[in-house]
Amino acid sequence: MILATIAFYFFAAICVASAVLVVTLRNPVHSVLFLILAFFNAAGLFVLLGAEFIAMTLVVVYVGAVAVLFLFVVMMLNIDKVGMKEGFQKYLPIGGIVCAILLAELILAGFGIRAAAGEAAGAASGAVVPPASTLTNTEQLGMVLYTDYFILFQSAGMILLVAMIGAITLTLRHHPRVKRQNVGDQVARDSKSTVRLVKVKSGEGVKP
Amino acid sequence: MNSLLIEYLPIVVFLALATGLSLVIVLASVVVARQKPDAEKLSAYECGFAAFQNAHSPFDVRYYLVAILFIIFDLEVAFLFPWAITLGKIGLVGFWSMMGFLGILTIGFIYEWRKGALDWE
Repeated sequence: MILATIAFYFFAAICVASAVLVVTLRNPVHSVLFLILAFFNAAGLFVLLGAEFIAMTLVVVYVGAVAVLFLFVVMMLNIDKVGMKEGFQKYLPIGGIVCAILLAELILAGFGIRAAAGEAAGAASGAVVPPASTLTNTEQLGMVLYTDYFILFQSAGMILLVAMIGAITLTLRHHPRVKRQNVGDQVARDSKSTVRLVKVKSGEGVKP
Repeated sequence: MNSLLIEYLPIVVFLALATGLSLVIVLASVVVARQKPDAEKLSAYECGFAAFQNAHSPFDVRYYLVAILFIIFDLEVAFLFPWAITLGKIGLVGFWSMMGFLGILTIGFIYEWRKGALDWE
């Protein structure tokens, strides 16, 4: 058990440290790289909790795709490094308020879990243990996600569809000068309408 | 300590070895090698001529489109994993639930194909 505790503090310390670096570093590309480090450590914390599927999804989706997207956005915006810190004083109060609310929620949730654990301990005179199950974490998720949470699952699909169409409508531009291949047009092209055989008299040439 | 975490122990050992080895390589080259930096050595090397511009040149917005389409299908695949291992237990409802989900995303896929979002000009 001591090993798990050491691992928890290791992951949590690196996670918090890299999260601090994400907001304080001057170079936005370095910020994104430390964000990736924070994602990896959060995945480690999820593994310690026994939520393997969430951990692997965090690595595959957030590290593999979202971080790449962030890098593209950073590259696309062409941010100058000097002007980055100018808004820091201006946004400090509202950022501080949001942080305070989130911290308060976390503390309240922690007390709530502890109180629930205390009640359960009082009722069953033992620590709260989830019902023993032979199913793995991923299987437990699969048992409920597609049947019990049917509506939420389908709405997730709808949201992804909206995101896809939104991204295409916002960013897709066809340049008029670029020539594109259209196989249908090529196949439908008829030789009668495009090729003309002309008898040319000697010394006259062809009028177009 | 529970058996789940024991299964992850080899990965932890592997990570520790990888971190240790890369630290040794980087630190040894700092400590052992002679360091005599000058302005020419520290400047960016670009095939022999002076660097034209900053390396942070803005990317085309189409990279962003490709990345966001990748994320969406990445998520679709992530949803397939728990479905695949529980398919025998969740029955027809689970099967058709996933078929509906895949159908919705296939509509999007057809849309982006017909729009030419997958073509690179």
